[in-house]
Amino acid sequence: MKGTNLGEFEELVLLTVAALIDDAYSVAICDELERHSKRPVKLGAVHAVLNRLEDKGLLKSKLGEATNVRGGKRKRFYTVTVPGKTALVKARELREDLWNRIPSFALKAIAS
Amino acid sequence: MKGQRPILPPRWATRFLYWYCRPELVEDLDGDLAEYFDRNCGTKGPRRAKFIYVLDVVKFCRPYTIRKPKPLHPLIHWLMLGNYIKTSSRNLVRNKLFSAINISGLAISMTVGLLLIGVLSDILSYDQFHKNYHRIYRVVSEYEFLKKKDMSLMATTSTKAGQLIRNEFATPEAVAIIRRNFDGDVTYNNKTLPLDGFWANQDLFKVFSFELAKGNPETALRDAFSVVLTESAAKKLFGDDEALGKSITYNNDKSYTVTGILKDIPKFSHIHFEMLGSLPTREVLYKDSKDEMKWDNIWSTWVYLLLPEGTDPNSLQPELVKLSEREDPTVENTHIGLQLQALGDIMISPDMNNQIGDVMGVSSLWIFGSLAFVVILSASFNYTNLSIARSLRRTREVGIRKVVGALRSQVRNQFIVEAVLISCCALLIALVLYVIVKPVFLSFNPDLQALYQLDLSPKNLGLFIAFALLLGIVTGFFPALFFSKVNTIDVLKDGATFRLSRKLTARKVLIVFQYCISIILITSTAIVYQQYRHYIAFDLGFSTENIINVPLQGNKADLLKKDIEELPEVVDVSQSQMVTSIGNYWISRVKSPEHPEDSAGVAYNVVDEKYLPLHNHQLLAGRNFQARTGKFEESEVIVNVEVLKRFQVAGGDPQKAIDQVLKIDGKEVRIIGVMKDFSYGRANDKASDRTIMFRYNNEGLDELNIKVASTDLLATRNKLEAIWKKHDSVHPYEGKFYSEQLELAFAELKAAIKIAGVLAFLAITIASMGLLGMVVFTTETRLKEVSIRKVMGASVHGLLFLLGKGFLSLLGIATLISLPLTILFFEQVAFPELSNHAPLSITDMLLGVGVVLVIALAMILSQTFKAAQTNPAEVLKNE
Repeated sequence: MKGTNLGEFEELVLLTVAALIDDAYSVAICDELERHSKRPVKLGAVHAVLNRLEDKGLLKSKLGEATNVRGGKRKRFYTVTVPGKTALVKARELREDLWNRIPSFALKAIAS
Repeated sequence: MKGQRPILPPRWATRFLYWYCRPELVEDLDGDLAEYFDRNCGTKGPRRAKFIYVLDVVKFCRPYTIRKPKPLHPLIHWLMLGNYIKTSSRNLVRNKLFSAINISGLAISMTVGLLLIGVLSDILSYDQFHKNYHRIYRVVSEYEFLKKKDMSLMATTSTKAGQLIRNEFATPEAVAIIRRNFDGDVTYNNKTLPLDGFWANQDLFKVFSFELAKGNPETALRDAFSVVLTESAAKKLFGDDEALGKSITYNNDKSYTVTGILKDIPKFSHIHFEMLGSLPTREVLYKDSKDEMKWDNIWSTWVYLLLPEGTDPNSLQPELVKLSEREDPTVENTHIGLQLQALGDIMISPDMNNQIGDVMGVSSLWIFGSLAFVVILSASFNYTNLSIARSLRRTREVGIRKVVGALRSQVRNQFIVEAVLISCCALLIALVLYVIVKPVFLSFNPDLQALYQLDLSPKNLGLFIAFALLLGIVTGFFPALFFSKVNTIDVLKDGATFRLSRKLTARKVLIVFQYCISIILITSTAIVYQQYRHYIAFDLGFSTENIINVPLQGNKADLLKKDIEELPEVVDVSQSQMVTSIGNYWISRVKSPEHPEDSAGVAYNVVDEKYLPLHNHQLLAGRNFQARTGKFEESEVIVNVEVLKRFQVAGGDPQKAIDQVLKIDGKEVRIIGVMKDFSYGRANDKASDRTIMFRYNNEGLDELNIKVASTDLLATRNKLEAIWKKHDSVHPYEGKFYSEQLELAFAELKAAIKIAGVLAFLAITIASMGLLGMVVFTTETRLKEVSIRKVMGASVHGLLFLLGKGFLSLLGIATLISLPLTILFFEQVAFPELSNHAPLSITDMLLGVGVVLVIALAMILSQTFKAAQTNPAEVLKNE
């Protein structure tokens, strides 16, 4: 099983969901991602990833209340589950691990 | 924004989304898309927003969004099937009258459908036994003389064309040439048999898959004076003796060697024969004949090509055109065009002359097919009508079903299953009817017997069942649609107030349609029957009364004639080459010496000196032939006025035309008499085509015309037959009364009348049953009203009028629509094609309408009378 390994886009989406807290539904996630990454994000792609993450158990969702925007259709709000949080932490640890192994001089050239 | 309609995304795209998307995802997706749409509307304008919306809907079509088929559904359908069948059969039993009307109506119409399927499947299985079925093509010709094209194509072509194609064309693998007239008496060891057959070349066995039981197919028809017999013909002639290699005599003339024994020809072959003579024989026999290999002698030879696999027959057309261009100059003023016809098209070919055997013809197929369709349609209407009429009761059941959770599709399925159940019941009855009706149908016309078998083969049975299922689904479709749309709340709130008025007009239209069909069919039958009677009794211009025509079949006339003349009841005996007015034509080319470039075909009969007085042919001028003996040169002719007009002889004056000269087939003959016109071909021939002449000969005349004066015609017939037997033991006696022969000439018309009559009868029966059902339903639902009216003092005939007037007006409308339609059809379409037709008789038509209306009235009255007679207390006491 692919298990909890996260792809790059998956990680971004998961982080955005975590960041948006109570307002994490597809369109909002999409906008947020677009704003931060400065690249066009397709709604369809976000949907697919949300669906996949939910399948993996990293996200859970519930339908919100109907409002009179969106043609009266309810929003589906996502929250990060415990395994989701673990996966995020793991990914971050892995990265930090790798960062720490890089000698400081090696990056100097790039930084300057 | 107030008062302004919000801009919405395209509805169809949303519906598409809902159709394909999983229900648990769709709301969210739809909302997202709507949000984007609103946003885009603001920034990019509505048009572009709509475009993006549609694009996004399509893009969302991903594996995880698409609805999966539910595995539970089919199972539920199967489980419910049992329930459907149970409720349907309960319903059938509860409404016995309606079920009976539905089932019997469908059964009757289905029988017609089964016959049609049987006929079609027989027709389509013709010639399928040939291995090269798809690669065989027939050469057909069109004939054009002096730029005047013949209306229809010829199935035949010239022997010359056949030989040229065989020798010069590269494409065909083999070319079978079949020529008519190898039929006659065959003798072996003093045993003589008349056999039918053709001349054929050796390629016949390459093209067709006629199997040789004995003999070599390569060589059997290669040499002159070889003959191939079928097994049954060989059995008749040789008994159990070996036939192969024996020598037989043909027509007491030349002897032929039997080089092959053919397995019997399958019934479904469009060519039938008992023997084949080798075509090279003709090259020996008719070496000196000028006509044999003439380009325009296109009346006697059929040519079949075997093309290589995958050849487009059209690719041969340029070659055929070139052949025509090359050969046309060999004959005067004539153009022969050649075309190819696929073997599979022969049985249902468009009307063509000179077919090699009986064919169905595409027009009769269409007529029969459409009539059958109309009858079946009519019966389906009954079903639709009655089911919707009864819906008052059934809607409650449907309402309950829906409340319990039936989907619309399930209700639909239920009613379709019910219709299929009814049509399966009908199929059982129809099969019994089919077996009963089949021999009757086939005996309508001898042709039908020869063409069709209508077996209950497994293949046909399968087709029948498929037909019944299809019919069930089609008839059940509208009631199913109607019931599935029923509004649950309306029905259950108060069943009695459920309104049906919407569907009432549609049902009225259906009833009017059924009655229109019935009236059109029955009046048309009456009209055609009247035409038939008219033609049978047509004044042909000469007397056919008490004349028996006996074909001599190769016997010497003199001895037979002498014996027959001795019979006391025989008045006189004459001889002729053929019998006129029964559909035969003998035609010679005639020219007037004054206009040598203008020639035309003139129909003729060759007769002896007694023929004209015996048949009461009237002479306008001149005299009859005089008896001659011995050999003589033809020098006299009797013509009719049309001939004089056609060739501008003596300005068309009969008196002056006597002793004028005409050229017949190049020989000069003198006109010795001018006779009154008569119908040469058939009673329905065009008068303008009637250029006729009589020629004289004292030998070679094939028919005896015996005029008898007897009260007991049957006894006379038997005596004649006895005399015949004395002179000829080989051939059966084929003498027939002239009146019989005239009827036979219109046998097709008679068969058509019978079929149309039966269909009309069926249409009326079905329409009447439908009407009965509707009347029963209406009176039942209005029983309370009728009772109250009665209590208030309404009279019985007042009630009859009240209940019946709606139906009466429907019948009136049907009559008003159908009668003018029928008259218009016959006056504008049918009669212009038909010469010498009887005028339309309005009384006959009204009689037809009357029959239909009386039956319908009887239906209406019986039911309304019953309702009007009921005791109001019985009905009202339950309130």
